[in-house]
Amino acid sequence: MADPMTALNLRINGEERRVLSPTHHTLLEVLREECSLTGTKHGCELGECGVCTVLVDGQPVLSCLVLAAEVEECAIETVEGMQRGNELHPLQSTFADLGAAQCGYCTPGILLTAQALIADNPQPSDGEIREALSGNLCRCTGYHKIIEAVRWAAALERGEADAKPPSEALYGSPLPRISPPSAQEEDPRQEKG
Amino acid sequence: MAIHQPSTLSEACALLATHNRGSDRDLAPSPLVPIAGGTDLYTHWPQRPDEHAKSYLDLSGIEELRAVRWRNDSLTLGALVTYWRLIQDRTCWSALPMLVQAARQVGAVQIQTRGTWAGNIANASPAADGVPVMMAYDAVVELVSSEGREEIPLADFYQGYKQMRMRPDQLIRSIRIPRRSFLFQRFEKVGSRNAQAITKVGVAIARSGAGWRVVANSVAPTVCRCPTIEALLDDKVTVRGPDDLATALSQDIAPIDDIRSTARYRRRVLARLLYFALRESCSAFE
Amino acid sequence: MKRFEGLEKLTGRTLFIDDLPLENCLWGATVRSPAARGTIRQVRVPNHLEGSGLVLVDHRDLPGPNVVSLITDDWPILAAETVRHRYEPVMLVAAESRAAARRAAAQIEVVVDPLPAALDFRQTPTAEQIQVGDDNVLKQLKIERGEVDEALAAAPIVVEGEYETGAQEHVYLEPQGMAAWLDGEVVVVHGSLQCPYYVESALTRALDLPAERVRVIQAATGGGFGGKEDFPSIVAIHAALLAIKAQRPIKLIYDRGEDMAATTKRHPAWIRHRTGLSEEGQILAHDIEVVLDGGAYVTLSPVVLSRGMIHAAGPYACDHVRIRGRAMMTNSVPFGAFRGFGAPQTLFAIERHMDVIAKQIGVDPVKLRRLNLLTDGQATATGQVIDDGTDRQQVLSRALDLSRFTYKRSQHTAFNAEHAYLRRGIGLACFFHGAGFTGSGERAMKSLLHVAGLADGRVEVLSASTEIGQGTTTIFTQIAADQLRLDPEQILIAQPDTWRVPDNGPTVASRTTMVVGRLIERACDNLRERVGLDAAATGTELQAALVAWHEEHPDEELLGSARYQQPPGIEWDDETYRGDAYSAYGWATYVAEVEVDLRTYTARVIDFVAVQEIGKVLNETLARGQIQGGVVQGIGWALLEECRWQEGGMANHQLTNYIIPTSDDVPSIRVAFLENPYPHGGQGAKGIGELPLDGPAPAIFNAVAAATGVDPRVLPLVPERLMELIEQ
Repeated sequence: MADPMTALNLRINGEERRVLSPTHHTLLEVLREECSLTGTKHGCELGECGVCTVLVDGQPVLSCLVLAAEVEECAIETVEGMQRGNELHPLQSTFADLGAAQCGYCTPGILLTAQALIADNPQPSDGEIREALSGNLCRCTGYHKIIEAVRWAAALERGEADAKPPSEALYGSPLPRISPPSAQEEDPRQEKG
Repeated sequence: MAIHQPSTLSEACALLATHNRGSDRDLAPSPLVPIAGGTDLYTHWPQRPDEHAKSYLDLSGIEELRAVRWRNDSLTLGALVTYWRLIQDRTCWSALPMLVQAARQVGAVQIQTRGTWAGNIANASPAADGVPVMMAYDAVVELVSSEGREEIPLADFYQGYKQMRMRPDQLIRSIRIPRRSFLFQRFEKVGSRNAQAITKVGVAIARSGAGWRVVANSVAPTVCRCPTIEALLDDKVTVRGPDDLATALSQDIAPIDDIRSTARYRRRVLARLLYFALRESCSAFE
Repeated sequence: MKRFEGLEKLTGRTLFIDDLPLENCLWGATVRSPAARGTIRQVRVPNHLEGSGLVLVDHRDLPGPNVVSLITDDWPILAAETVRHRYEPVMLVAAESRAAARRAAAQIEVVVDPLPAALDFRQTPTAEQIQVGDDNVLKQLKIERGEVDEALAAAPIVVEGEYETGAQEHVYLEPQGMAAWLDGEVVVVHGSLQCPYYVESALTRALDLPAERVRVIQAATGGGFGGKEDFPSIVAIHAALLAIKAQRPIKLIYDRGEDMAATTKRHPAWIRHRTGLSEEGQILAHDIEVVLDGGAYVTLSPVVLSRGMIHAAGPYACDHVRIRGRAMMTNSVPFGAFRGFGAPQTLFAIERHMDVIAKQIGVDPVKLRRLNLLTDGQATATGQVIDDGTDRQQVLSRALDLSRFTYKRSQHTAFNAEHAYLRRGIGLACFFHGAGFTGSGERAMKSLLHVAGLADGRVEVLSASTEIGQGTTTIFTQIAADQLRLDPEQILIAQPDTWRVPDNGPTVASRTTMVVGRLIERACDNLRERVGLDAAATGTELQAALVAWHEEHPDEELLGSARYQQPPGIEWDDETYRGDAYSAYGWATYVAEVEVDLRTYTARVIDFVAVQEIGKVLNETLARGQIQGGVVQGIGWALLEECRWQEGGMANHQLTNYIIPTSDDVPSIRVAFLENPYPHGGQGAKGIGELPLDGPAPAIFNAVAAATGVDPRVLPLVPERLMELIEQ
């Protein structure tokens, strides 16, 4: 019994694509199987982990919870389309600089969710970043590096070219260390939330 | 799998009339399942091949269903209005804030951008987060079919677990929510973590000229109003602690043990949420 | 130095195994046991599936013995006559698409005549439940030092306590997955894994093939946490069996629900303490019993048990110690390796017990720890004399300072008296974690590592250590570059491939930077010697020498090598469990501040401080990431993550109902290091990966006890459990 097929016209990363896929295929399946765009990850098929997040008309959507046939008219953006020419997207570069991608499996989904956030809200607070990313599970980082990277990228997008993350977040900058015996004073940098 | 993608409501109703009329079900083609967002429908989708064989009615092409209409006395949400749409609506933050509070706690942003208020009603989950706030605001569901339209108060819409006063050939066209001035309103959701959690117990409370409304979710086969509690509040009965409410609550709710929590926890926590919320507003609470 | 493997991951170009294009491949799926224990009466394959082109594999297709080679030969590759746990693999299918394979597997029915299952590891099994030996004990160990009974009898105070921890699911974001294909006579397996040589040895045994006919290559791996230490062997064998039978490439990728239901998890544990103390609180004697739930098969339980027991007495001095432990067989999924490897369970018990003691004898919990913390010259439970120069009191002090422990405590008293339903509290845990393999493990393994000097002057590190998100690639690049005075761009890190890299041991036990990093330094030194240079040589000189060497030796390989050498003075006796259990320990104090909502009985961590001494910190960002990630995993284990068992199977094997922390659930986590370079670790480092899992749970429990006055002892402390304690 062959599955019924549908011919779809999809607009992915600004490129028109005509694909023939089983009618019941989700956007995730079409991206990965029919379009070979495997940057969008396959995680839980339940809408819980966020690794399959893509942007549909600029909004973050779980590609496992939408049929490709439903987004024919829409602009679809995946991680493969984030780079601007040869330039990394500011989020990609701050994630690199802060080591916010560890195993990397959650990373594409998080980048896209964050991209939508800072497009919608150029100066998100930490609380807003946490809320926005709460649908993207990460098991490696403990989220802090990710939050710092999003905050920094938002500043770069606002044109604050000299914006810097907290120094402890940057590669190569020393973390506070104990130099006995003068350890009684508190490092003011450590007081941030 | 077949997907019908009508672009007008009448087209959709005609399709439903052909496919979903009860009387000649045996002769009719397979019934259509309406899709408005699909965030519940598509869970584990690739692993449910039986669902792929069904036929679907994708409503996303019907523009009129996307409308959000603010009037002086009401808000009307078309069946395709998403949670995200109201989160972005500043009027809603001030006029009907519990809608925004609930919306922000449905899954995370990726669900909020697709999930719809009407879908939340039609999915009929007892754990639905959108339903209790709409019910506490006295929302009315507008149903349409090729035979006409009808309105049903959301509070009367559910008849049992996943049982609705809605025929298979009917669609939710809109949800109308009256605008009132509220003396008190509060939405509390308890999930197993701060974000992206299915509700273990939740409650929406509103007090307006129309009286008290107390609506709980995840504590009965359907989202339910708590008439005994409402009466107790209207009558200004003295309440000395959460235990006083627990007795009244037991007439309103029927929680169960399931994979997410226990009946005992749900009873206790609902009583405590109510007590500490109402204490701020009711002089009869000590 | 920047993270080296970052860019590919950030642009979506990294190919995880599910992403790998594999021409002409079939998709595999696994048919599993519906019962916890029983005899397989029949495997019913529907008629329409037979002869449909579907590839079917069962135990009769095995060329070699039906065991997954690990510690004990008891873990079947495919169940033959009996099953010992729900979701145990019985048959494999392969079909033209993922969907078709899944559909076929779902239609095949395993009919099992049930037998009485042993489901509670804390209970003595009944006669009908016995399946291993005459008591279902998988492994038993004892550590004993001094005269425990006499010391306990003489102690003015004895405090007892029982503690329990639950299973934990890894939830690596990338589920298990392998591809397998035949390259002529060679079986190639490529996939998500931590330990290529574990997989290789399991494959050669199962397929009855010599090592030269098996090749294992690691693909980009989306998290491991121990879950890709033992389990990938079975996935690899399954994929290879299908590939051999089908004579076509196979992809066998688990979906999330299957992964959570069928793969190993952290061992549940029950721990009892009897502690003899002086009036002031000095520990005089420890009598500790540790019982682990081993699950259906042995897997790595003996070594998890041993690490757990060695850490069970905490970082405290005591001359009279007895620790008895056993791992029990039960009819649940086999429990296996998980970050921390037994230590989080026993350290939870001792560190919660320390607060129980403090409360019972009326001593401040900080003071109690100060009084008992090991000082140089004192010995651990196994008699290992600690003499590493670390100021453990200073680690504790720094954590107290950073968290403003004393100030917060007084503030909380006022807050709690005021607030209608919120209660705050602060708690701490002092702990240690042994880095590298336990006891004689490293010595027995004799890890070998090469660095290759290439003809273009670059240097390639040939190591079986895997990058699984923790930063191996970056750290190895950094160590080799520093050692050879080269730019990091001149260093290549080979993809772990058993045909290209030697066996320098598995990527486990917090050993990669410390043990393997040191091997890289020594192999680099060896490479330099091989081209006639001394340690003073510059990078430019080295590169010139490499190019010249290759001109003189065309088509030859230039390797610098190093084999593991045990640091001097390390002695261990496997028989008596006495001696130097680990060559180095990391030391830490963690502080958690919590807020309990008495409306919902929910405990939330609102601030966290993690101070540790891990030798030299080689890369700030990676170290901080390891600590913060581990702390969050520890917070999840303590408060959210509960495996709910139903007839031996995990009932909540979905991310909707097995709850891990989101970005909205994590507190601020302030990380600080005390540096005390370890002379035998790579660039002075000690292990770091597992340490941060040990501290959060006891610190959080102690904070909840401080906030509410209840005495929580069973982990995880989900609201339903905390409600029962508060309402008692």
